[in-house]
Amino acid sequence: MSIDQSTAAKVAKLARIKVEDDALPALADEFNNILGFIEQLNEVDVEGVEPMTSVTPQRLKRRKDEVTDGSQQDKVLANAPDAREGFFAVPKVVE
Amino acid sequence: MTELNKLTLAEARDALRKGDTTSVELTEACLKAIDAADALNAFVHKTPELAMERAKAADERIKAGDAPSMCGLPIGIKDLFCTKGVPSQAASKILEGFKPEYESTVSQKLADAGSVMLGKLNMDEFAMGSSNETSVYGNAVSPWRRGNDDAQLTPGGSSGGSASAVAADLCLAATGTDTGGSIRQPAAFTGTVGIKPTYGRCSRWGIVAFASSLDQAGPMTKSVRDAAIMLEAMCGHDPKDSTSAELAVPDFEAMLTGDIRGKRIGIPKEYRMDGMPGEIEKLWADGAEMLKAAGAEIVDISLPHTKYALPAYYVIAPAEASSNLARYDGVRYGRRATLEAGDGITEMYEKTRAEGFGHEVQRRVMVGTYVLSAGFYDAYYNRARRVRTLIKKDFEDAFAAGVDAILTPATPSAAFGLGEMTEADPVQMYLNDVFTVTVNLAGLPGVAVPAGLDSQGLPLGLQLIGKPWEEGDLLNTAYALENAAGFVAKPQQWW
Repeated sequence: MSIDQSTAAKVAKLARIKVEDDALPALADEFNNILGFIEQLNEVDVEGVEPMTSVTPQRLKRRKDEVTDGSQQDKVLANAPDAREGFFAVPKVVE
Repeated sequence: MTELNKLTLAEARDALRKGDTTSVELTEACLKAIDAADALNAFVHKTPELAMERAKAADERIKAGDAPSMCGLPIGIKDLFCTKGVPSQAASKILEGFKPEYESTVSQKLADAGSVMLGKLNMDEFAMGSSNETSVYGNAVSPWRRGNDDAQLTPGGSSGGSASAVAADLCLAATGTDTGGSIRQPAAFTGTVGIKPTYGRCSRWGIVAFASSLDQAGPMTKSVRDAAIMLEAMCGHDPKDSTSAELAVPDFEAMLTGDIRGKRIGIPKEYRMDGMPGEIEKLWADGAEMLKAAGAEIVDISLPHTKYALPAYYVIAPAEASSNLARYDGVRYGRRATLEAGDGITEMYEKTRAEGFGHEVQRRVMVGTYVLSAGFYDAYYNRARRVRTLIKKDFEDAFAAGVDAILTPATPSAAFGLGEMTEADPVQMYLNDVFTVTVNLAGLPGVAVPAGLDSQGLPLGLQLIGKPWEEGDLLNTAYALENAAGFVAKPQQWW
């Protein structure tokens, strides 16, 4: 599998990381280098092997579906780069 | 008495209980050592006022006869742990200015045990790195040097600041975290002890997430006894982490008898890598001899899928990271990029993440995005998870055949120079974790113990891998190895 510049651009877009056009060839090279390393996995016979979901054989614990926390608006907003009138503020989303 | 900052946790604890010193004196000695060690760039947020406040409170408790296990002991906390009201940036620009409104479970437990936080420690950005060179704070520097050569060496990574601070006696011990070797590799590079416990032993709540199925916190200390003391304070069930194990925490320190007679120690043949330096090979053989002399039986074992651990890791860890790091969007915390007129929300995300994440973090997030994307999910991510099942089974088979612990080198080399790997491709850097990453994939406990010096006078470490939840037994074997190796070297102070 080889990654070209347009795939690199697509991945950057999916990851929401701005990559300038002139940086794409180097990025594609890096991806190919890492994916080449990862492709060793194709040598392994994984027929009938279950993909691991939990490294320890425990079931995730359930708890009662009830409110245990809340009413901390000030704390929730304390670290926001832009908070106004009790809300997170972002650039206009709807045209 | 030696300088107070040079004490081990156990020595300082005993001195405090006997009334030979106070937490205030211990804390002042560490704060002085920290201020004199800016050249190491280990402590990146100092909290002297908070430390003195906690030290005074600890002295009161000791006086009142109400001293918990780590009462009055000054420690450092890796920047990955959220600490209430204290900057917690995961060494990333994107979390600039972030002061959590809450405390991580592990750092809270350490505070409840009476320990005194001296400040936050340098690390690789989001714990992604093996040399502490991806930090927004700049490189952490090892106190060790190659003989009289003044070239700066890496303390390892990602817990590089923790390793440097403990090795240089800036604190008595420190927290680390380990996703692929980030406690054990820096411990080995700096002649300190580091244990990654079984996955689920320490709560991950409040620790900035990198790869959630692999991340574990653990102590970095000057001795195996200290590791036992501090690990016990750190672990235990936490309802806030659904993968936290509901198991009793044993008295690890009480399990340090040094008696390992009859234990079976496995030597995995697949860890004998091509091109392994002779010094590492000799250290490994010497370690096996030491355990044998202490009464253990040495057996050759096979872990056939070892070779595939690193490639599997470099699918699974970036995949989980790309998902975990999606939260850094410039909306809820941290830093938002300056926008131009007309920029919408997508531009805000893209510019914020391009400016806020360093190169290695961007690379891993994008690799993770790729292996999880439609059409490649099965070929990469699911295949890697299948290989992970096989890697875990290798260990299960070895333990089922009667092996109690496994001995391996901790790293493929001694510490390298800062900047020496800059030109190497990322895969070369990833090879640092070749002996440690299997342990994270299998969820097992692993400990690095300093075992010797190389010809340039740099520390080398051995790794012991234990059965799940058997940290006590593992630490006892590590204790026997520590006793036999008799590693006492310390770096010459140049800073």
